[in-house]
Amino acid sequence: MKRVYTHGNRAIAEAALVAGLKFYAGYPITPTSDIMEYLAEKLPEYGGVMMQFEDELASINAIVGASWAGAKAMTATSGPGFSLMAEGLGLAVITETPIVIAYVMRAGPSTGVPTKSTQADIYQARFVSHGDYIIPVLAPWSVQEAFDLTIKAFNIAEYLRTPVILLSDATLAHLWESAVFRDRGEVEIIDRKKPKVPPEKYKPYEPEEDGIAPMAVFGEGYKVLVESLTHDERGFYIQDTMVQRRMVQRIVGKIIKNIDRVFEYETHYMDNARHAIVSYGTSARSSLAVVRDLREKGIDIGMVRLKTIWPIDEGSLRKTLSGVEKIFVVENNMGKLVWDIQRIMHDKEVIPVSIIDLDLPSPNEILEVINEWL
Amino acid sequence: MALIEKTKVELGKAHPLDKYLRIERIPTLWCPGCGLGVSLAALLKAIDRRVKEGVLDPKKIVFVTGIGCTARTSFYVGFDAAHTLHGRAVAFATGAKLANPKLELIVLGGDGDIAGIGGNHLIHAARRNMDLLVIMNTNFIYAMTGGQLAPTTPPGLYTTTTPQGSREKPMNVIKLLAAFEVNYVARGSSIYPQLLEQYYYKALGMRGFRFIEVVSTCPEVFGRHIGYRDPVTLYDELKKRVKVKTKPSIEESSLDWDRGIIIGEYIVNDYPGYIELIMGGKK
Ligand SMILES: Cc1ncc(C[n+]2csc(CCOP(=O)(O)OP(=O)(O)O)c2C)c(N)n1
Ligand code: SF4
Repeated sequence: MKRVYTHGNRAIAEAALVAGLKFYAGYPITPTSDIMEYLAEKLPEYGGVMMQFEDELASINAIVGASWAGAKAMTATSGPGFSLMAEGLGLAVITETPIVIAYVMRAGPSTGVPTKSTQADIYQARFVSHGDYIIPVLAPWSVQEAFDLTIKAFNIAEYLRTPVILLSDATLAHLWESAVFRDRGEVEIIDRKKPKVPPEKYKPYEPEEDGIAPMAVFGEGYKVLVESLTHDERGFYIQDTMVQRRMVQRIVGKIIKNIDRVFEYETHYMDNARHAIVSYGTSARSSLAVVRDLREKGIDIGMVRLKTIWPIDEGSLRKTLSGVEKIFVVENNMGKLVWDIQRIMHDKEVIPVSIIDLDLPSPNEILEVINEWL
Repeated sequence: MALIEKTKVELGKAHPLDKYLRIERIPTLWCPGCGLGVSLAALLKAIDRRVKEGVLDPKKIVFVTGIGCTARTSFYVGFDAAHTLHGRAVAFATGAKLANPKLELIVLGGDGDIAGIGGNHLIHAARRNMDLLVIMNTNFIYAMTGGQLAPTTPPGLYTTTTPQGSREKPMNVIKLLAAFEVNYVARGSSIYPQLLEQYYYKALGMRGFRFIEVVSTCPEVFGRHIGYRDPVTLYDELKKRVKVKTKPSIEESSLDWDRGIIIGEYIVNDYPGYIELIMGGKK
């Protein structure tokens, strides 16, 4: 355990090392490049490899390959690079491959503003690849949480055999704060399940009771089949509705079944709150300032901050928000998470506080909108 | 169906290379007269020789393919195998090799897969002298998708996407790779399986980046477009064009359907592979 004063990108890199990262592949892009620069130096000391590839297409496919070769593997990128990773991410989904992608949002569309942030990519993070699936998306709001949630991202990826996205942004990337970084042995580290049966009996996509299939890797004699086509439990391509349904059910079901491991949120001043702000990531920092400000003025308002922005445990969120009158969804984009909250809390008044700000929505900007409704 | 079941069982007993196949997935979906089966048989023989010599451990062999008729090879081999994305096999295999250098990575793909959509990965794997064996099946057409223009299509050919005849020059991947310090570049053909086996055998005993182009027959799609639908005619036509040469020069490597295609070993080197460079000598 060490007390540090550092920034979000460094926290991600340090946490990856603690989580057991052994292979990093990436292509330089603002505002993430210092993650790979740091790992280029550090990862070899931890017995791993950092490789700069020719593009993001290669990077994502290389980490899927590395994961099947037994390594905990990750990449980091921002919007333009993540767009290029769309197909490779789907490969990780259908082959149930544990990988972690640190997605540090910058302003878009297209090249946008490379050094500045918004939260415009929350749907791209969830749904960039084609087909049916659920990919967990975790959104830290502080340097401490960038560290903690990166470890969680690796743990979920390994436990559920799934890609996981750590969704940070350009603000957090280079925001300096103090934090506590724990070492191995001080945090729970999860490794993927290994097969308990001999190779003749092993099926790479046959789930056990928890919904998750043990993962043999290359070089162990299991003759694994990594298959990008729709496949049965053996990994054989089968063009059949029942097989398609079973496969999608497995990919989606394992996440839903283990939603308690995936979904996380925290509340501030929510006891007997009359109104609530729902926010996530860096805009929740300004939101909390707003809550405190309004509380001082005698308004009973609280905040629910999602750490996991996908999938959302709707029942638990409903319960938490059931007592409030008005819900304000604060985010740094044209209004996106608000669609979810309006659906989940359809019997409540849900008001978008969508503020596009290249730095961070300021408390005053947020207050201006909220004051109109109070 | 009953007949196929029976054939499967007998096949299982019959052939010494069956141990390297997923017999339950045979017969393959490849068309009669397709060169892919011939090429695979040559590869498996070469692997068998290297296994018997103790150079290769079958448990450590991994086939990585993209998408296409050629890429279907990973369905059939009895090794660890990955049937990945169109164009991305080289990148996937590079990741696997770097994560576990003890693995022997064999990448297979069509010329579209390897040199078209995947061309950038090919170039950079060659530039790094990455420890991979990459096998490209040149059948002059996009076969799996039904006959579109490929990077290797002969000029003037009518394909489904060049109804006026192709106006593009075919890609000479041998010459492209000669720009880099790679360890092995050969061109073989399914017309000469014994030679092909020699190239595979040699490459499987080497380090660094190794590339073998296999000039092959696709009677079903290419044959149809060029007017030699009958597999035997296409085979004969290709045989007329393929010329064997020991130590051909890069200048002779052009992929010229009209004037002939020279097969042979174009580049043989023994530079340290990427893995050795980063791991300080341990492979
Ligand atoms: C990203 C992407 N684009 C297009 C395709 C469709 N596609 C599948 S195989 C193929 C080309 C097949 O030709 P080649 O790679 O030469 O292999 P062959 O079938 O001739 O062995 C194409 C375009 C795809 N699967 N993925
Ligand atoms: S379409 Fe061509 S390449 Fe594909 S299996 Fe048939 S003959 Fe072979």
